Amino acid sequence: MTQQTENRGKANRKLMKRLLVVVAVMFGFGFALVPFYERICEVTGIRNLFQPDALAAQNTQVDTTRNISVEFDANTQRLSWTFKPLQASVSVRPGEVTQVVYEVRNTLGRSVTGQAVPSYSPQQAALYFRKMECFCFRQQTLAPGEVRRMPVVFVIDPKLPPELDTVTLSYTFFEVNGARGGGE
Amino acid sequence: MSAVIDSGHAHDEQAHGPYGGIMRWVTTTNHKDIGTLYLWFSFTMFLVGGVLALAIRAELFRPGLQFWHPEFFNQLTTMHGLIMVFGAIMPAFVGFANWQVPMMIGAPDMAFARLNNWSFWMLPVAATLLVGSFFVPGGATAAGWTIYAPLSTQMGPGMDLAIFALHIMGASSIMGSINIITTILNMRAPGMTLIRMPLFVWTWLITAYLLIAVMPVLAGAITMLLTDRHFGTSFFNAAGGGDPVMFQHIFWFFGHPEVYIMILPGFGIISQVIPAFSRKPLFGYSSMVYATASIAVLSFIVWAHHMFTVGMPTAGILFFMYATVLIAVPTGVKVFNWLTTMWRGSMSFETPMLFAVGFIFVFTMGGFTGLILAIMPIDIQLQDTYYVVAHFHYVLVAGSLFSLFAGFYFWVPKWTGRMYDEKLGKWHFWLSMIFFNVTFFPMHFLGLAGMPRRIPDYALQFAGFNEIASIGAFGFGLSQILFLWIALKVTVLGQGERAGQRPWDGADTLEWTHLPSPAPYHSFHEQPVLG
Repeated sequence: MTQQTENRGKANRKLMKRLLVVVAVMFGFGFALVPFYERICEVTGIRNLFQPDALAAQNTQVDTTRNISVEFDANTQRLSWTFKPLQASVSVRPGEVTQVVYEVRNTLGRSVTGQAVPSYSPQQAALYFRKMECFCFRQQTLAPGEVRRMPVVFVIDPKLPPELDTVTLSYTFFEVNGARGGGE
Repeated sequence: MSAVIDSGHAHDEQAHGPYGGIMRWVTTTNHKDIGTLYLWFSFTMFLVGGVLALAIRAELFRPGLQFWHPEFFNQLTTMHGLIMVFGAIMPAFVGFANWQVPMMIGAPDMAFARLNNWSFWMLPVAATLLVGSFFVPGGATAAGWTIYAPLSTQMGPGMDLAIFALHIMGASSIMGSINIITTILNMRAPGMTLIRMPLFVWTWLITAYLLIAVMPVLAGAITMLLTDRHFGTSFFNAAGGGDPVMFQHIFWFFGHPEVYIMILPGFGIISQVIPAFSRKPLFGYSSMVYATASIAVLSFIVWAHHMFTVGMPTAGILFFMYATVLIAVPTGVKVFNWLTTMWRGSMSFETPMLFAVGFIFVFTMGGFTGLILAIMPIDIQLQDTYYVVAHFHYVLVAGSLFSLFAGFYFWVPKWTGRMYDEKLGKWHFWLSMIFFNVTFFPMHFLGLAGMPRRIPDYALQFAGFNEIASIGAFGFGLSQILFLWIALKVTVLGQGERAGQRPWDGADTLEWTHLPSPAPYHSFHEQPVLG
């Protein structure tokens, strides 16, 4: 009987170890969902913040019948940089390639890496706002006191709904702590 | 031959009884003692969560703000959810597992008796952190029990306490599950093959596997929350390249299996009670086992039906919608098996059976509203309305809680050796059943009319139904005081007529056929051999 109890104790501990491995694997799985989820969003194109938008395959026609006012906005989040667009707004025609410039200055006494995330207002305009070049596609590292001028090249898709005549492009810069950060 | 299987000491606990006084409960490694601790703990938390619910219903009795600031109201709804899910329902089922699993499979105790003690005693610590968070600056977490980011990444220290409490409760659940799985797989009496196990044991085996699969995922999610809050990571911070919607995905990957964790052991209890009071073997035993397993497997691929409105591709929505509707098949198998078990049975309606039949009736209603919510176009209308509140209270109160009541009345004669007060038990059932429906049925109408959940104030046209719901809630709450009295009478006060070994003549599992009532402190030292 004692022998049997001992054997059972051994079997129990063996099973416990296996179950603990399952627990550890599932804890890791929770974290593995993060890159997996990002990959899914990338592949399905749900979230491609950090890639240049492809121009429509067909020859882009400039829609000369209307003007869209594009306003620019700049913010920083818990980051002492001065960040501003060099022009408050531009008037463009849908289909017209336009370049604007943002300026950022690192006011801190240390080298800082930042990442800008774009957002659009109204929200539905995001579908029609194509950025071919943007400083937001990669992290920006600025030396102490460094000033950098960065271009954004964009096209408004002519399919933009006619009721929209003003679109705001807003960037928020935040500091990238450690290794994690969007994009690169 | 020690009752404590992994005990290194050679002391023979059979020679003497348990320690006296409080140390008996602090140091106990006995599965029956620990089961009792779990049950009293969960009932205490149930009363705490219930008081919060009544505070919510008092505020909602009339439109306008009566008692609470909106911020505090949000704390009430959040803490009510967290306490009921993690403090009341889950520990209560673990309590039943502790009491019943060893007796039903003919084992002397749980596989890891000291681990068992530890997994219980972590819970009061977690509960203290959780309830204590009301008193820190900023109050308790008010982000809803789902603690969605980015709200939960912005709150005060109450949120941190909730995260720690959840970590501890999760660890306790995982340890309890490892114990239950090991007990069931390794400690069964000779001859008790897996496919001969009572259904309560089967449902707990599957539940325990679900727990060890998803509690670590919750731990991961709240760890990410914690590092986002304090250590500069940006898992859920959009400004940092993270994504708040991802929190919802990870949370519900845990959250949907969690829903079944809270109901499958209930299915197990009902599957013991219905045959006992129909005096017929359970209809379709093996289909019940397969149905339980299918529900568990399906629960991993339906999580996104909680978030149809976040903006998913249509293909994704369709997948999650169809997968969700598919769960109705094994659940339907179960409901029809219970009905068929009763069919032409020699039925009697003592309190456990009343709760079991009541369970089938109201739980099925909750299941139907679940199907309605699974249909995406309807869900978009009903997302975050009182319809959802009605739905999950039909499955969690009328489902999980009523099954717990059924199990309590069914097994308490075996635990205490005394019969509960049958008359009061019936009163408890009817009062609970009526007031439950008075409380939650009007919420369907409120939801269909568009009343959002988690708000302290509402438009005037919702006043009538809210008044009814609040009256029902106070009635339901008072009915549970009656239950407290019934439970105290039969356990602590030791009143009630003596129960025989087998007070329910239709009950035929090992604890009824092989053990006297009350079950001895140490049972099945010599394991029974099943022919």
